[in-house]
Amino acid sequence: MGEVILKAKEIDKSFPGVHALKKVGFELRKGEVHALLGENGAGKSTLMKILTGIYTKDSGSIVYEGREVDFANPKDAQTAGISIVHQELNLINHLTVAQNIFIGREMMKGEFINDRLMNEEAAKLFKLLNIDIDPAETMGNLTVGKQQMCEIAKAISKDAKVIIFDEPTAALTDSEIEKLFIIIRDLKAKDMGIVYITHRMDEIKVITDRLTVMRDGEYVGTAYSNECTKQEIINMMVGRVIYEEPKQKSNVAKDAPVVLEVKNLNAGKMVKDVSFKLHKGEILGFAGLMGAGRTETVRAIFGADPLDSGEIFINNQKVSITKPIDAVQYGIGYLSEDRKRYGIILDKTISENTTMASLEKFTKGIFIDKKKEDKITQKYVDDLKTKTPGISAFVKNLSGGNQQKVVIAKWLVRNCDILIFDEPTKGIDVGAKSEIYHLMNELAASGKSIIMISSELPEILRMSDRIVVMSEGRITGELNIEDATQEGIMHAATIVNEG
Amino acid sequence: MEKLKNNPVVKTIGTQRLIALLALIVLFAFFCIASPSFRQYTTFVSIMDASYYIGFMAIGVCYAITTGGIDLSIGTVLVCSSLISGTLFVRDGVPLVLCLIICVLTGTLFGLCNGLMVSKLGLPPFVATLGVMLVSKGFGSIFTKAQSVSWPQVGQNGGWFRYIFKINYTDVAGNQYLVPTGFILLMIMAVIMSIVLNKTRTGRYILALGSNKEATRLSGVNVDKYQTIAYVFSGTFAGIAGLAYAAIYSTLLPGAGGGFEMDAIASVVIGGTSMAGGVATIAGTIIGVYIMAVLKTGLPFIGLMNYWQQLITGVVLVIAVFMDVYNKRPNKRVKAKKSISPDGLGKGKEA
Ligand SMILES: Nc1ncnc2c1ncn2[C@@H]1O[C@H](COP(=O)(O)OP(=O)(O)OP(=O)(O)O)[C@@H](O)[C@H]1O
Ligand SMILES: [Mg+2]
Repeated sequence: MGEVILKAKEIDKSFPGVHALKKVGFELRKGEVHALLGENGAGKSTLMKILTGIYTKDSGSIVYEGREVDFANPKDAQTAGISIVHQELNLINHLTVAQNIFIGREMMKGEFINDRLMNEEAAKLFKLLNIDIDPAETMGNLTVGKQQMCEIAKAISKDAKVIIFDEPTAALTDSEIEKLFIIIRDLKAKDMGIVYITHRMDEIKVITDRLTVMRDGEYVGTAYSNECTKQEIINMMVGRVIYEEPKQKSNVAKDAPVVLEVKNLNAGKMVKDVSFKLHKGEILGFAGLMGAGRTETVRAIFGADPLDSGEIFINNQKVSITKPIDAVQYGIGYLSEDRKRYGIILDKTISENTTMASLEKFTKGIFIDKKKEDKITQKYVDDLKTKTPGISAFVKNLSGGNQQKVVIAKWLVRNCDILIFDEPTKGIDVGAKSEIYHLMNELAASGKSIIMISSELPEILRMSDRIVVMSEGRITGELNIEDATQEGIMHAATIVNEG
Repeated sequence: MEKLKNNPVVKTIGTQRLIALLALIVLFAFFCIASPSFRQYTTFVSIMDASYYIGFMAIGVCYAITTGGIDLSIGTVLVCSSLISGTLFVRDGVPLVLCLIICVLTGTLFGLCNGLMVSKLGLPPFVATLGVMLVSKGFGSIFTKAQSVSWPQVGQNGGWFRYIFKINYTDVAGNQYLVPTGFILLMIMAVIMSIVLNKTRTGRYILALGSNKEATRLSGVNVDKYQTIAYVFSGTFAGIAGLAYAAIYSTLLPGAGGGFEMDAIASVVIGGTSMAGGVATIAGTIIGVYIMAVLKTGLPFIGLMNYWQQLITGVVLVIAVFMDVYNKRPNKRVKAKKSISPDGLGKGKEA
């Protein structure tokens, strides 16, 4: 670990109604990976956005390479050598991969953009990083995981001295995470300063040297990563103790009725001959690597994508679901993995979003019953402990984890019997995670049935009564929670189908 | 259909552009068959005449649309620029070349106003350009004191400028020669602006910000600047269209020009440019322009009045865009996903 390259002192920042940062300090050295930790809404992303010129600070100072700086816009920060991989993907879907990577600093041949050279350079970069992506592919056609790798490649290609990763692994598969860690170690060896924001506790020990914890916009402390235990870190983050208990045995009665049965479902390239049953009160975990076809399967069931063949039974009645509204009418709710795109309307308030899927319950004649809407919204904000200045706050101003809670509230209001949670805790901090787990268990106990897609094995093992494993569009394993192990699941998840 | 889509020719031209091209050919053939008097060189020249001002406006507004915005002011800006510069020449005796330049620059200036209002003040493009539409309409009338303006005819002092768009020459024997020179100018401009769009930074950033403005901004691109440039292009080309209009038609009336913009916008959309921004084609736009020009010129030949043109244009527009939407559906799953939001309400922001 070398000298200090970036130091923030007493940074203060307020948004309307939110005091997001309260005299926060942060220090980054050359050649270190520094974890920045904290619950949802702690202010991690806000602090990083101030360091990279996206937001302006209200007060405080930033010293970079020994000089006080004040970046007016993202470009200034980039020029100075600070680059950031944002928590949300910031890609231009209509451009190609290479065009995205080099945007803002295109390679030119005279006055003209040299796309061929950019493709070659991007290919070299991917080869170096050991990533398999075609630079000429249109960005919008890639999976979320690959898009995230493109973001990372873009940040690295900038010759930065400081790189900030804001929850880079939220959308990555295990093998992609492996690659990312190799890349990060390499950057560290080149004496770069790296900030690493994550909610995955296991990653802290593996990749980071020091850690700084924030809570409610305040600086809590900095420590060496190998000198504190996971429990100590969690305590620093939440200021209280949280217990994690993996599930020992299924909570579902042997004779619980089947509420949803899927037979020989085929849809597109990613869903091949999928059959499974979901019982009343059951939490069915869908494990597998990213891109295994889990999301595609539930989207087909939900009617969001057309299915080519197969049958769906709800309460033993054969049903035809061709569009999402059919599914909603049969009592199925779907929480998308990509909430920004599908789950939520960012420019609307919390209460508008909460009642969006069941507005008919909130009308008086032709008018919306605002009082009732607000009452229910307030109830779910309290129940889920959503951190917000008020129910009329715009969803876009909430932190990632709190946005997810609004989506959950939306489907809870709808009172669905079958809930599909697609990566429900992606980007959600430990405190909120355990609240959401608690909530899911309560829902299941009250007779609701849940399908939970998750790429985090500990989460699968902790929540599921039964586990279905998918690989390359097929179901390659089905395990009862009593017999399930991480190894067993991984084995099934990596089975490669012939033909 | 599946096979057709993977055909290399179809792939490079693009489905919607191909449909537009076919529509153009079918329309043209239809008029040729339906009306013998349509099959004449003079008709061909009339089609050309009608295509210039729509064409220049369309090339310009294509940029505004690419940013995800719109420019409603181009029609009245066209007339306003032409009125101002024409008045300066006819009434005030300002040298012709200077007047031609003023005509284009007036458009540029209005475009700059639009651009700054949209990018710096954050006004919705629809509102900003609607305002400029009304302002330019009023301003033109005020400047000319509500007088109509007649640019010089061929043979009169300064009439030579009409040759830029059309050579109209009668020899001693009384034979008339018509050469649509404006076509060459339109094509040159189309090629240049197509290269600007696809090969330069300006074009790349305009496409990028039309697709995802925030991502483009975070990439360190000065999005305000490029958004403004798009509207400056739009206005400048409306100014050039003003020249074309003056050169082809004899008289300009103050207060006219409302509605011209719709022909141009329809051309752009028929050609395959997305109203949502981020996807644009100048070649397609030009095809769209000629569909409009053929309709405008052809319908009177089969005894249908002007309003039929509007009706038919509307139908062609909807069909062309629908075919494109329909075509993208089954094959491109990723695309299809974007337009369907799984919460059952179809309210995705990108939808
Ligand atoms: N643009 C904004 N306008 C208003 N409030 C904002 C804005 N951005 C962030 N906030 C608020 O500032 C606080 C800190 O948010 P921030 O995004 O920094 O949290 P975070 O630590 O990154 O959380 P997460 O782990 O969920 O990403 C939150 O209460 C959030 O609602
Ligand atoms: Mg964050």
